[in-house]
Amino acid sequence: MPEVNLFAHIRCWLDERFGWAEMAAPLKKKTVPVHKLSYWYFFGGITLFLFGVQVCTGILLLLYYRPSAGEAFESVQYIMTRVQFGWLIRSIHSWAANLMILMAFLHMFSVLFLRAYRKPRELTWVSGMILLFLALGFGFSGYLLPWNTLAFFATKVGTEITGQVPIVGHRMMIFLRGGEDVTGATLTRFFGFHVALLPGLATVLILLHLALVQKFGISVPPSVETRWKTEPESIRQRKFFPNFFLRELMAWYIALGVLGALAAIYPWGLGTKADLFAPAPAGIRPEWYFLFMFQTLKLIPPKVIFLDGEVLGILLFGLAGAVWILLPFIDNGRRQFGRRIVLSAGVFAFSYIVALTIYGYAAK
Amino acid sequence: MEILLGGGLFTSAASFLYPILRYLVPPSVPNLGGDDMVACKVGEMRPNGSKIFRFGTRPALLLLTAEGEYRALSAVCTHLGCTVQYRPDLHAIWCACHNGMYDLNGRNVSGPPPRPLDQFQVHLRGDEIVVSRKHGA
Repeated sequence: MPEVNLFAHIRCWLDERFGWAEMAAPLKKKTVPVHKLSYWYFFGGITLFLFGVQVCTGILLLLYYRPSAGEAFESVQYIMTRVQFGWLIRSIHSWAANLMILMAFLHMFSVLFLRAYRKPRELTWVSGMILLFLALGFGFSGYLLPWNTLAFFATKVGTEITGQVPIVGHRMMIFLRGGEDVTGATLTRFFGFHVALLPGLATVLILLHLALVQKFGISVPPSVETRWKTEPESIRQRKFFPNFFLRELMAWYIALGVLGALAAIYPWGLGTKADLFAPAPAGIRPEWYFLFMFQTLKLIPPKVIFLDGEVLGILLFGLAGAVWILLPFIDNGRRQFGRRIVLSAGVFAFSYIVALTIYGYAAK
Repeated sequence: MEILLGGGLFTSAASFLYPILRYLVPPSVPNLGGDDMVACKVGEMRPNGSKIFRFGTRPALLLLTAEGEYRALSAVCTHLGCTVQYRPDLHAIWCACHNGMYDLNGRNVSGPPPRPLDQFQVHLRGDEIVVSRKHGA
């Protein structure tokens, strides 16, 4: 078979120059634990796959998109109505963004409830959390780019929230907006964040996250770990390459199928062009992943003791985010108490996010 | 020697970083002609109606009450900066973003807004309705 010979020849060529066989050796030795909860391992990989989809479709959208207040809406309209399959590329980009954040949330909660953040994987959790915040930043900055009414008010509220942070808030708001108000200058900045700054940071963080996963291997849930210690004959491992890798590819293929179906059956709308001097339309709400915070800010009274309601809300969410990043250091394995705190925090956060999101959609 | 080397490196890094940090802060835009504005003409609005107009760099709301009185207020919600609107069915000013409600004097009456809306003065100049900032506002 000449193809096989060619492939072997290329491998030999690479091996002579770069020590390919030596570099690929750890990959051949790598294994993945097999147990009844193994399927949760796929969600991180699916998130990575969707990030790849975002990079590819984002590059395609860049061929036609124009980042200015006068042209942004019209250029997206042009992509969706004139460019062949433009509607599909844009719809896939929007759907993949939402699915990526959903998968990242599922991955995070699975890591939390399976206690995969335990020593020595604390920094894997921290890097993952920063990646989740970057993903939310991608969502927030990308939402404005079509320059439609919903996006305009979501950005107005979102950046105003930043402005409420004590001491540095106003400066941060000016930096984000490119001025006192949300204008074309904000669009240009958000475009820069969305296509240059955030992708650069995310790429570095993804490489670090994967390197940490590679370094420490894949975590086994504590219950399985205990059983494997007492009954070593029950240990089951699967080779990463090709066994797990091919299964992961199947999961990616299913994700691609779901994504394609959603994008084609429910194409993403564009709405109306942003008018800087029009009132906020009725029924305005942010993307689902910000809805629990939006709904909370709606419910907090104007004044709580001496603090403005929104300042209190922002301080509480900021504090919760900081504690969330540090959860592995609270449950450091030395005390049963720490484990209970983390588990309770996980159950509370999950229930709170789900309940407030549903309430946000149901409320007028 | 170490102090000299360290100090040199520090000042060198600061001389690179300072212009970048200054560059990130956008220059302030002067608010030209925003203190006095023609909002509309007499007879253009119906009683129990409203109009949003540009006042300086921000939106403002002109109301014509059912009694025929003109009132002008900032249209920027004091909660998180959304643009408010007049609801003729409720005889109130409403913010769609977080369901904040103000009365026709701009007082926050329900929902999360922490402060009243800024009030402006309304004058009649010929057949034009002119809105201006209150002194000290």
